[in-house]
Amino acid sequence: MLFKNPPQAMNAELFTLTYGAIVRQLLTDLEEVEEVNKQLDQMGYNIGIRLIDEFLAKSNVARCVDFKETAEVIAKHGSSWLSITCFVIIGVEEKKSRIEICTGIFLEDNPLVDFVELPDTCQGLYYCNVLSGVIRGALEMVSMKTEVTWVRDMLRGDDAFELQVKLLKQVPEEYPYKDDE
Amino acid sequence: MQFFGGSEISPSPPAPTASGNNAHMMYVFNRNGVCLLYREWNRPLHTLNAQQDHKLMFGLLFSLKSLTAKMDPTNAERGNLGVPQLPGQGCSFHSFRTNTYKLSFMESPSGIKIILVTHPRTGDLRESLKYIYNLYVDYVAKNPLYTPGTPIRCELFNTNLDQYVRSIA
Repeated sequence: MLFKNPPQAMNAELFTLTYGAIVRQLLTDLEEVEEVNKQLDQMGYNIGIRLIDEFLAKSNVARCVDFKETAEVIAKHGSSWLSITCFVIIGVEEKKSRIEICTGIFLEDNPLVDFVELPDTCQGLYYCNVLSGVIRGALEMVSMKTEVTWVRDMLRGDDAFELQVKLLKQVPEEYPYKDDE
Repeated sequence: MQFFGGSEISPSPPAPTASGNNAHMMYVFNRNGVCLLYREWNRPLHTLNAQQDHKLMFGLLFSLKSLTAKMDPTNAERGNLGVPQLPGQGCSFHSFRTNTYKLSFMESPSGIKIILVTHPRTGDLRESLKYIYNLYVDYVAKNPLYTPGTPIRCELFNTNLDQYVRSIA
C-alpha cells in the first residue's frame, strides 16, 4: 500500500466533483478548449514532479533506467493512485532512422469521468488531460522526456481510455557547473 | 568503502557520547546541483564560504560516483570515466569514512541527493537516509507552497529533521 490512508477512506465523489469544478472553471476562464487542454496538462505536470518523490519514497524503487520496466511500474502505481486499474502494452516502432519505444497505458475504469458527458461545445476537450500531464511530469523527473497523448477516450465515443507514452529522449546526468564558475 | 578503516593511526575525535548529537551537517541537492538544504549541528571548522562548500561537496559526490561505476568489476557495460551516464546507471557508493568523519549518501531516482556527515563511528545510516527522504516527501514535496527546485524553507521539516537526526547514531 502506497498511502497511509487506504484509498477507500477518501471520498471519491468529492474528488470527482472537485476535478469537474476545476475543468468547468478553466473552460469559463480560458474559453478556448485547446487552452484548457494545455492548462490541464500543465497542472498535471506540476503534480507529477512532486508525486514522483512520494512514489519513490514509499515504493523503494531504486532505479529507473529501463523505459519498459518504468512503464510497468507506472501502471502498478496508477492503480493505487485514484484506484484506477490499468495495464500496459509495450510496442516498439521502428521508424526509418531510429527506434521509437511507445507504451500504451489502458485505463480500465476512470473515476474522473463519472457523471461526465461532453456537450457539443467542448468536443475537442481532453477531459482527463491532467493524467497525461502527471505521467509526463513524473517521468521527466527520472530523466525521461516523453510525449503523452490520448489515443482513445470514452468521452469521445471510443471504447476505452488509452494513453500513449512515447519516449523521446533519456537525459544523461551531467556535471551542472561550468569549470570557470 | 573505507579509506582509513580499522587501524586508526591518526588521532580521531572523541567517541560519541550517548546523549550527544553526533551529526555534523547535512546537505540536500537536486540533480541540477542546487543545494536545497544545508543544516549544521556541530561543525567547528569552516574553510570555504557556503557556496563554494556546497559546490565542492556536489563535485565530490559526482566524481566519486563516476569513479565507483568505472571501477565496478561486475558490470561489463561501463562507460568511460567522465562520460555522462543515465541516472541510475552504474553502481554508486553509500558511504565513506575518514579518521575524522563519516559521510553517508543516498540518491533517489528523481535526483534528490541526501548527504549526512557524522562521527566516524556511526553505523550504517542507509535506513536513516531513507527516513529523511520520507520526511522530505511529507513536509517539502507535498507542501503546495513549496516551489520544486528552490531552497527549502519549511520550518516543520527542519524541526522534524533536527529531532530525528538527534535520535540517530
